[in-house]
Amino acid sequence: MLTFILLTFFFIFPPNDWFYKWNKKFKLDLIWTNKGGILILLGLLTFFLFGLTDENFKLIVLKPDNVPIVGLIFLVAFFTWLSMKQATENDKRIDNNEKVNEYHDPDDKVLTWPDLVYIELIALVLCTVLLVVWSIALPAPLEQPANPTLSPNPSKAPWYFLGLQEMLVYFDPWIAGVLFPTIMIIGLMAIPYLDINKEGVGYYSFKQRKMAVSLFMFGWLVLWILLIIVGTFLRGPNWNFFGPFEYWDIHKLAPLTNINLSEYIYIIWFRSGLPDNILIREMWGFLLILGYFMVLPPLLAKSMLNKLYKKLGNLRYSVFIILILFAISLPIKMYLRWMFNLKYIVAIPEYFFNI
Amino acid sequence: MFPMDKHKNIPNDVNNAEENEQISGQTDEISSDSANPKMDSVDEQNLDSKKPEVPKGEPEKNPAQKRASIGKGSIFVEPIKRRSFFSWLTLAWLAFTAATGTFFGIMLRFMFPNVLFEPKQTFKAGYPDDYSVGDVTTSLKEKYGVWIVRSTEEIYALSTVCTHLGCTPNWLKNENKFKCPCHGSGFRKTGINFEGPAPRPLERFKITLANDGQIFIDKTKKYAYEKGQWSDPESFLRV
Repeated sequence: MLTFILLTFFFIFPPNDWFYKWNKKFKLDLIWTNKGGILILLGLLTFFLFGLTDENFKLIVLKPDNVPIVGLIFLVAFFTWLSMKQATENDKRIDNNEKVNEYHDPDDKVLTWPDLVYIELIALVLCTVLLVVWSIALPAPLEQPANPTLSPNPSKAPWYFLGLQEMLVYFDPWIAGVLFPTIMIIGLMAIPYLDINKEGVGYYSFKQRKMAVSLFMFGWLVLWILLIIVGTFLRGPNWNFFGPFEYWDIHKLAPLTNINLSEYIYIIWFRSGLPDNILIREMWGFLLILGYFMVLPPLLAKSMLNKLYKKLGNLRYSVFIILILFAISLPIKMYLRWMFNLKYIVAIPEYFFNI
Repeated sequence: MFPMDKHKNIPNDVNNAEENEQISGQTDEISSDSANPKMDSVDEQNLDSKKPEVPKGEPEKNPAQKRASIGKGSIFVEPIKRRSFFSWLTLAWLAFTAATGTFFGIMLRFMFPNVLFEPKQTFKAGYPDDYSVGDVTTSLKEKYGVWIVRSTEEIYALSTVCTHLGCTPNWLKNENKFKCPCHGSGFRKTGINFEGPAPRPLERFKITLANDGQIFIDKTKKYAYEKGQWSDPESFLRV
């Protein structure tokens, strides 16, 4: 499923001309028309309505905790569609040398008082009504007093942290809990300095900023929203993975025996024991990571990302590519875990240092 | 030699000048602070060059004259003397110190809660014969945070804290493993990690026999596998 999403993602949100060509060929930009929007909505609705006939699905989806996440799926789909619809419309206008939809926006002004304040008042009242009705209809579950020796099973973080919790399954706490969030924040702060594309300012457009929109959508939809959905609906007792229609069986047996890279190399390939020296033992992992972060960027700059490198310059390119490599390392690590049961690339439990 | 009155006069003059300055300064400040709304409005309007009008009944004056009249004696303000200023300062400082002190006192009290969950670090856990071979005893988990495992040759006490992020795993008897509900780490009966993200095995506690023949567990002493400490004779009990 994730493989399918990852494979199709860059055709739906093409980051460069090559993908864009295919996007046009498959007419995937038709998703962002009114018909496409209705189709997405109908698709989601039929999935949920059909799903509700299944007992297990119903149990998970209608849990008071999870109802907002169902709402989130619809909201995210709607707003993605809405912005992309405006963007593709503008792209067509630009192609025909017309002015963009937002061109006359600055002339369209209303007064703060009473127009804006009234709208705000109405919104405030409606939100309050919604919250009151919601809290009466779907009461928050009360559990027994906290007990430090008893973790609920499954123990779930608040929904907005479920993406982080999902990362913690694949990484050491200090990476998934400290390093990655820091890099995310730094990356978001760096966007204005990295994005020197002057086109597409003040109006929606996809064609003029393919790379920016595509990469942001990847980080947002796949690495954040999708992980929240997985954490909410597909992680059951003992943090096992459950399909959407599967019964949450506490005794589900999922063989997940994991091995570190050093154990792969020395025990399985060399058929010798692990060396005593930690540095020699973990040398291969360090080499791999150094290669990933030191060799890959110049290689990419010379080959695939040549144009981008020339446009951004040395420093901007370096920062950009390091951030992207960090982002991509998450799906890479996930696949390594699923396919090879790889636990850690560098594993030094003696000093709490595992990558 | 100066005459007495002259001698007296010089410092007096200095004092007066200083006091006058203080007074005028104070009145200025307070009048602009809104002690007298009427004066305020007049002042504002004077400053505002677009509105030269004055309230009815008052004759028009030029701005300099008016400001002088505000400063000089139109409002009565008690002058603050140096001594009283210092006594006010002392009072304010004392009040501030008291408030801060109380705050930190409350904070300190907060560090010593009325109810404390602190299981005993050392305890006796019955006789070795109470444990049957191959069993994991979970009854001490809630009270002491310990699993006692009896294998064919030894008894050992495992910590119930997951080595990944500190949740409390559960013993799954059918699957014969400890499984953490937070991120899915799995540990074998020995405590060795084998699945999920946990980087190292569960820790073992010091376990010895007390004089009365009971098992004595000391949680202050931990033995980690990855440091090769499980071969320590105190990390298990030979049966």
